Amino acid sequence: MGTFQIDFGENRHSKIVGIDLGTTNSLVAWMDLTGPRIMEDPEGQKIVPSIVSLTSKGALIAGTPARELLLTKPDRTVYSVKRLMGRGVADVQEELKLFPFHIAEDSESVIKLNLGGRTFTPPEISAAVLRQLKDNAETALGEPVGQAVITVPAYFNDAQRQATKDAGRLAGREVLRLVNEPTAAALAYGLDKRKEGIIAVYDFGGGTFDISILRLHEGIFEVLATNGDTHLGGDDIDNLLLRIALEDLQTEWGEDLSGDAEGVQRLRRSVIRAKEELSFVPQTKIEFAYKGKSYERAIDRELFDRLIAPVVERTLGPCRACLADAQLAPEKIDEVVLVGGSTRIPLVRAAVERLFKAKPHTELNPDEVVALGAAVQAGILSGDVEDKLLLDVTPLSLGIETMGGVVSKLIHRNSTIPASATEAFTTAVDGQRNVLIHVLQGERELVKDCRSLARFDLKDIAPMPAGMARIEVRFLIDANGILNVTARDARTGQEHSVEVKPSYGLNEEQVEAMIRESFDKAEEDLRERQVREARVEADNILAATEKAKTSDAWTNLDAGERSAVEAAILDLRTVYNSSDHRAINEKTEALNHATQKLAETMMNTAVRGALKGTKVD
Amino acid sequence: MLLLMPTLSQNFFEFFGLDRKLIVDTDALQERFYELSRQWHPDRFSRKSAAEQTQALEATAILNDGYRTLRDPVKRAEYLLKEEGFPIGEQRSKDVPPELLEEVFELNMMLEEIKSGDDSSRPQLETAREKFAGMRAGIDTQLQSLFAKYDASESRSETAKQALHEIRGVLNRRRYIENLIRDVNKALQNGNLSN
Repeated sequence: MGTFQIDFGENRHSKIVGIDLGTTNSLVAWMDLTGPRIMEDPEGQKIVPSIVSLTSKGALIAGTPARELLLTKPDRTVYSVKRLMGRGVADVQEELKLFPFHIAEDSESVIKLNLGGRTFTPPEISAAVLRQLKDNAETALGEPVGQAVITVPAYFNDAQRQATKDAGRLAGREVLRLVNEPTAAALAYGLDKRKEGIIAVYDFGGGTFDISILRLHEGIFEVLATNGDTHLGGDDIDNLLLRIALEDLQTEWGEDLSGDAEGVQRLRRSVIRAKEELSFVPQTKIEFAYKGKSYERAIDRELFDRLIAPVVERTLGPCRACLADAQLAPEKIDEVVLVGGSTRIPLVRAAVERLFKAKPHTELNPDEVVALGAAVQAGILSGDVEDKLLLDVTPLSLGIETMGGVVSKLIHRNSTIPASATEAFTTAVDGQRNVLIHVLQGERELVKDCRSLARFDLKDIAPMPAGMARIEVRFLIDANGILNVTARDARTGQEHSVEVKPSYGLNEEQVEAMIRESFDKAEEDLRERQVREARVEADNILAATEKAKTSDAWTNLDAGERSAVEAAILDLRTVYNSSDHRAINEKTEALNHATQKLAETMMNTAVRGALKGTKVD
Repeated sequence: MLLLMPTLSQNFFEFFGLDRKLIVDTDALQERFYELSRQWHPDRFSRKSAAEQTQALEATAILNDGYRTLRDPVKRAEYLLKEEGFPIGEQRSKDVPPELLEEVFELNMMLEEIKSGDDSSRPQLETAREKFAGMRAGIDTQLQSLFAKYDASESRSETAKQALHEIRGVLNRRRYIENLIRDVNKALQNGNLSN
């Protein structure tokens, strides 16, 4: 568009917000003069449930209103979509058994969700949540917010990170940085007051588990190692309770509720309530009433602990691996920070305390600490916070496919990012024009056991004998943990074109197309709203006029005046069903004008009537 | 204004302002790493021009790659060998050092047994693991004295080359033993799981 880019320094003062885009709940925060603060919506709510629903009018809505629709319109409503970000259908088969995702037929490397007959990718769903947060932030701040820091689980791979970034773009924001959730929590915790030391952040959220070990040194937060499981969270605990309740219902009610989406949702709420209560009281009840029947089951903490012990145990493996990678004995950990709602569970706290031999910090609300940290990172990026710096790592090793389906590692896990590696490639046959590079993430030796990330095609290689070409490919993981690949002809020094084919997730063109479509949709939505508003106005005046025609005032008008009104009514009715809101408004105005005399007469009659009334009395 | 940033062409020693020596003060290296991170990290450039942002990204990537390489004695030595034209052959690390032939043969038998579910060789494997760990510690001491020998010699002199030659041999032996320890650890762990 513009030819010149001149920096007037306007950006310097625009606000950057920090967003915790969670599996279950999302929050937005920013740095004010006193420190990071969570923003509230106009009703004073901080938490925006990560639930999205397609309304009957075709708009995506997110948050609390969508949560209500989860019960009444389960086929048009989706939650926990973070579990699907950057994944293919084959990856989420386990998820599909437990979550009521409606996967569209043609999903493969990109999952498409079916909501009320339309399909949406997970980034589009997440974008709806981000838009809601953006609205809340803009209302609270009274100014537009274009840039954001968004948090992701530390153990998210490249595709999951890219999908999150895409969601931000689809929501019309520039994602300045993706920050790992446990690292954000460390920033927020005020542990920076402690100048030196090793801390562990245990982050057990709704759908993901992360463990990060950091060294703090004069405002530098250096991540030494991270580990986790992007398929492990409070949801899994809910599902254990849900299964028990469903079995009970099978016995007690003699019916299988698992196929009834609304019933399952309501039951899920009941078990979550019981789960949450058990963090504070030794025993409680799962209470559930549905379609005239009711169910009740006592559950105490002992039973609950036995039930969830395997889930808690699954978090300890990554913790031990993380300690090993950081080359630290558990005793070396000075402090432990707990993040995520699931860390309210006493069994979880006890397990963490036992492993790290340290009493965990719980001063900050585990639901808010990540968003607060994201706001601190936003402050670092805006330059408002100068004394802190995060040095994060890549959670997974990056490698390329070599002969025999073996992965050759280029950048090892827990390398501080940005990190890079350069490899030289050549041709295998005379005159070969393309070289295909398959990039993978993971710790295993074989291609089949690692996660395919993308295929990069080095194109237009000048034809020459085999082995003569020399193309240097630079793999660079940026500060967001996302891979960038550039290639250079080592002989000419020229940049070489690289075509990227992501294995999972959307390619650049698809994202662009979605952004365009969302703009088109936004216009369409606006037009539709204007038409609807115009018709409401028209309805009002038509109804008022029809009523007036039954009054004395109507008969007092002369024939010319009456026919003018009739003509104006007809005109308005003619354009009423068109989609041109201007025409409707124009004819509404015309009718308003034509009925001026009628209205005045009626008013006078009414006043006279009222005066007459007083006289009688 | 563009900051003067390091470029890809600089080697890691120059980058950190260090002499090309094999013995490095790692505490000082860490301090320097933090100091340079504060200057060049992309977080410090998010309000700057695209060109400066790219430069910061590139510089920080080299900074991190360099720190990772130099703080670890083995990686540091391998890097210097490569810089000095002593590439480490991949193939060589697969050759069994002759003095280890017999032990490696026995070890492989034990590994096979434990893989097939026979746990009786577990104590022997644990002993073997300790033994190899001891060897590795010995090698590390040996490396330290070779590092000192190299550092004391004149750059590119015959003594320096001789030292690098020896270091390469010791590194290959070390890598071989490192792989053995890894295999034993893996076997012992898998054994644990199946129990």
